[in-house]
Amino acid sequence: MNGRRILAMVTKELWAVLRDPHARLVLIAPPLMQLILFSAAATLEVKNVTIGVWDRDNGAASAEFINQLAGSPNIRRIVRIDSPKALRTAIDDQQVIGAIIFDQAFSRDVAAHRPATAQAIFDGRRSNAAQIVAGYLGTIAASVGATIRPETSVGGQTVVSHWFNPNLDYLWFVMPALVVTICSLSALSVTVQSVARERELGTFDQLMVSPLRLHEILIGKLTPPILIGLFNTTLYLMVIPLFYGVPLVGSVLLLYLAAFASLLAVVGVGMMVSALSQTQQQAFLGMFLVTVPMTLLSGFAAPVDNMPGWLQIIAEANPQKHFLVISEGLFLKGMPAAAVLRELWPLIPIAAVTLTVSTLLFRSRME
Amino acid sequence: MSAGFDRRRFRAMLVKEARQIVRDPSTFLIAFVLPILLIFLFGFGVNLDTARTDIGLSRQDDGAAARALAGAFQHSRWFAVRQTGAIEPLENALVAGEVHGIVVIPNGFSREAAAGGGDIQVITDGSSPNTAGFVASYADGVRASWAAARAAERGQPAAPPIALVPRFWFNPALASRYFLVPGAIAIVMTMIGSLLTALIIAREWERGTMEAIMATPLGMGEFIASKVIPYFLLGIGSMTVCTLIAIAVFGVPLRGSPLALLVIASAFLIPALGLGLLISATTKNQFVASQIALLTAFLPGMLLSGFLFEIPSMPRWVQAITYAVPARYLIPPLQTVFAAGDNWGLFLPDIAAMLGFGLLFFTLAIRANRRRIA
Repeated sequence: MNGRRILAMVTKELWAVLRDPHARLVLIAPPLMQLILFSAAATLEVKNVTIGVWDRDNGAASAEFINQLAGSPNIRRIVRIDSPKALRTAIDDQQVIGAIIFDQAFSRDVAAHRPATAQAIFDGRRSNAAQIVAGYLGTIAASVGATIRPETSVGGQTVVSHWFNPNLDYLWFVMPALVVTICSLSALSVTVQSVARERELGTFDQLMVSPLRLHEILIGKLTPPILIGLFNTTLYLMVIPLFYGVPLVGSVLLLYLAAFASLLAVVGVGMMVSALSQTQQQAFLGMFLVTVPMTLLSGFAAPVDNMPGWLQIIAEANPQKHFLVISEGLFLKGMPAAAVLRELWPLIPIAAVTLTVSTLLFRSRME
Repeated sequence: MSAGFDRRRFRAMLVKEARQIVRDPSTFLIAFVLPILLIFLFGFGVNLDTARTDIGLSRQDDGAAARALAGAFQHSRWFAVRQTGAIEPLENALVAGEVHGIVVIPNGFSREAAAGGGDIQVITDGSSPNTAGFVASYADGVRASWAAARAAERGQPAAPPIALVPRFWFNPALASRYFLVPGAIAIVMTMIGSLLTALIIAREWERGTMEAIMATPLGMGEFIASKVIPYFLLGIGSMTVCTLIAIAVFGVPLRGSPLALLVIASAFLIPALGLGLLISATTKNQFVASQIALLTAFLPGMLLSGFLFEIPSMPRWVQAITYAVPARYLIPPLQTVFAAGDNWGLFLPDIAAMLGFGLLFFTLAIRANRRRIA
């Protein structure tokens, strides 16, 4: 191994990426845009809802219910409905996400101390939002019941405290997850192009006839993406606590260690894609094909616990899954070193496998 | 480049583009493997319907009521319970992510319950807000139904006086794959329409073959049409693959007509292709084109289309931006054509909006190409 040669190779590779001013901009602007877009759009709450009401009862209990509906902070507007046809149109055309129907006996039942029921219809096309709104309305129904007939309430309460994120702010979950996404995405997008571009431009053969040894070429090719990944990680680690107020309570050193270990695994994957690609287009599409499953199976889109068992085993081989647990743990929970290392060590065999396979593929390309 | 339209010239160019697609295995990957992968991942991997959640239970009271409530938690179908006396080991498990919440039945619970009260404490792991909310509300549900059953045994009226009976039209089982399939179709069509097209033309610029094309008598209209038509067909093809798999493997219904689906998908592909052309005409570099396409087509399509996040819940200025995202007009008709049926009153305004954006992007792309040439 020759230190000077490696340094020359790393310098050359960094130049290849950073030479073009457009490309320089593209390495910083999209990560920041992504941060802004996510922080603005990502929410699990369902607010500003429009609800339909078909009041065939016009009694005291339905009036109280409508009153409390109007007072709910998540409901913006109540639309009156007066026929089955109007109900169907309102839901079909997505004017309302749901509607409540009080039948004629509703207030009478409440007054007679009989259990009263109100029907609620929701738009199942948006099943997630509909479910959340159904939850809101269920809470309102219970509260109306308690207002009108206090004697049925049963004693005892559940006192809830949410640790690490007292207001259950979804942004606090999204931001540490974005660190994981951007770190591997920026490294991947540079790695996959590294061999494919040289091959498309025809300079790959020049590289092969240079005195550089195989491992020197590989180190030279893989160092810049790791540096760029770490650079974007640093960018996020500064912006997120500063501008979005998400606490970073754990060890920053451990976070960098986890970022580095996952980058090793990820650039191995990127190099495999690059070695298999003939053109930059193939490399880019190949990257997309590995990025989508890696992100979807990381626990960002949906909890890994909800997946079927065989998919959970596959998810264990996903570097992003491990880095995500560590990033969330270090940002919000101040996860202790022992727990971090328990999640971190699988990254080492994963990286060993991806780097070995990519070396073999690269070597087979040279011959 | 000349103006005018020559059928033979155009056919030659179309054949060239079609061969380029057929000969490149990566287009096959994106048009047929990606849709299959996405549908399977959405079908199996992205499950928002929570199954059993791991929680800890710390019972610090030895009375009969506390034991009974602990038993109710043990038997709940929502939770997998790890029970201890002291809370400390559970707190460590919460930090390590082994449990998502802790239920504490405090000392003195049985005595309070006998007196008509009985509070429990729930600590959740707020670092995953979704699961935390689930744990909090379902733990309260377990406690409340236990307390109600106990009250009923003592002769107190137990049923909640007002019950809400919810029904979900179009998707009674509330399977999240119903709304994920339209999302998968939107992603695939964005990939083919915007990203692939942007890459292909940027490559012509990068390799210098664009100059070669310009030196031919090929007209601007012929050039653009020959680039667009093959990718349009490819987009429709992969949308069909997505739909067939969703129906055959995951039992997602297509309640509307295939014709309506075809019209909606075609209307979306036009702005998607226009955006791809525009990006490639303004950047000459494949790397930059791919990144810009991700940023202007893919990310807004995911985040601002209403597919993942509810548009009315976003801040007002973001809601205003969503009107400029063509995918915003794709998601509601797609969801409707799959789950509900044909509703042209809802489709037509959205289709018109998509076509409007298509016209805008194509005009801009043709202008940008003209400037390039001059």
